[in-house]
Amino acid sequence: MNWFLGTSAGAMCASVFYPVIRYLVPPDIPEAQTSQMVAGRDGDLKPNEGKVFAFGGQPALLIRDEDGGYQALSATCTHLNCTVQYRGDLKQIWCACHNGFYDRNGKNISGPPPRPLDSYKVHVVDGDVVVSKS
Amino acid sequence: MTTRERLAAVQEWVEVRVGISQLIEMGREKKVPLHRHSFWYYMGGMTLFLFGIQVGTGILLLLYYRPSSGEAFESVQFLMTRVPFGWLIRSIHSWSANLLVFVLFLHMFSAFFLKAFRKPRELTWLTGAVLLALMMGFGFSGYLLPWNTLAFFATQVGTEVAGRVPVVGEFALRLLRGGDQVTGATLTRFYGIHVAILPALTTVILGAHLLFVQKHGMSVPPQVEADAERAGKPLGSYPFLPNFLLRDAIGWCAALGVLAGLAALFPWELGEKADPFASAPAGIRPEWYFGWMFQTLKMLPPHILGFEGEVLGILAITLGFIIWFAVPFLDRTPRPGNRVTRAFAVGGWLALLYMAVATAMVYWPQ
Ligand code: HEM
Ligand code: FES
Repeated sequence: MNWFLGTSAGAMCASVFYPVIRYLVPPDIPEAQTSQMVAGRDGDLKPNEGKVFAFGGQPALLIRDEDGGYQALSATCTHLNCTVQYRGDLKQIWCACHNGFYDRNGKNISGPPPRPLDSYKVHVVDGDVVVSKS
Repeated sequence: MTTRERLAAVQEWVEVRVGISQLIEMGREKKVPLHRHSFWYYMGGMTLFLFGIQVGTGILLLLYYRPSSGEAFESVQFLMTRVPFGWLIRSIHSWSANLLVFVLFLHMFSAFFLKAFRKPRELTWLTGAVLLALMMGFGFSGYLLPWNTLAFFATQVGTEVAGRVPVVGEFALRLLRGGDQVTGATLTRFYGIHVAILPALTTVILGAHLLFVQKHGMSVPPQVEADAERAGKPLGSYPFLPNFLLRDAIGWCAALGVLAGLAALFPWELGEKADPFASAPAGIRPEWYFGWMFQTLKMLPPHILGFEGEVLGILAITLGFIIWFAVPFLDRTPRPGNRVTRAFAVGGWLALLYMAVATAMVYWPQ
């Protein structure tokens, strides 16, 4: 008898809580897999300048070198997810959240970040700066 | 019937149905001990008063606030610039939130150092610790609501911290953010948490906390008890009604004055609207009471013994909170001179010192 009541009560709780827990976690919305995009026109950025742009729903960083070449990296700090910025005065990438530094290739050089930033490929095609994930 | 008779009749009607005089009698019989640490007994009532202010001003803010990434910032801007006294209501809500956490800390640490958690008050401590977590939840979720840059990145870091907890992290992160990133979905979620889920939970836990306090009466610190015994003089006390409550009320009036002054002289700033695709600006930091954790994460090296520094830091802080919750079950027989008791007292001061220094470092000009 007790066993019967206990099992029914348990089943009832489960049938109430399971949908609620599932409801709380949002569904996976498959991100439009952007693997390549135009980040701007060649010449928009001055040498030794950087900008953050949206790349497949995530922030990415485009840097122009002094000699006109480009560098593209993920702009999401590997420490705790802040968005980094390029500091022309230091020729380094800086995260304001906990003072983390990366070099221009995305290698973590000081502060708390534990890993380098992911880097992307950049090509200039007909004056467009095209960024692509390998 | 004269007016007086009519009033008496109304009073009688209410009395028969509600029984207010019983409550008043209870208040008169309830005694509050009087000794050199009695001052700290006012901190709980002060926290309660400030929570009342939060509920009142929060409900007013609800009338204009719009919880979506496209409208939140603008609605708060409208509130601040166009709605008569909108700036006042919002500033009081923000200032009072900060004051509340500060007074809550005083209340909690005084209960800790005066050993008010000892048997039979373990559950009073435990419900109090849950209330601390709830208030930190209020502060964290409320911070995002104006949808400004500072709040956006504070939320990004704060939810990422939850995401780094081993095993449950990923689930917690998606649960909090309402997705993989901090977006408008996160804002809507935090709004629901801030104005419905946390208030509902707080009502229940606060009710239990107050019930336990009422059941057990005020705790007298063991040291004070021992001193009184040695001197052979029983401790003095005074009635809750009217003496203690009137003194409480003086404190509340003062707090209201302080709040009004702060809100008028330093209206709460709004900052700039959050842009998910902009870099985190210099000067990012959370509310001051999260400062010591923020500073800890900033100071830890990237790797410790092969583990990522921040993961170890997060685990250490979590362990600290678990110990804090479990204090009454670890320091079970606090008597002056007991070894465990002394260790806890020293540990408490060290923790407080660390928190104070780390918080100061957040605000130290670099
Ligand atoms: C039932 C109770 C409450 C309601 C209905 C409420 C409602 C609100 C609303 C609508 C906002 C957005 C408007 C704005 O940002 O100015 C807000 C912001 C905020 N709330 Fe609450 N709140 C409540 C309790 C609390 C408590 C207990 C705390 C703290 C312990 C708190 C802390 C905050 C903070 C820090 C903000 C951000 C202030 C800002 O920068 O504008 N709230 N609240
Ligand atoms: S999030 Fe970039 S240094 Fe912490």
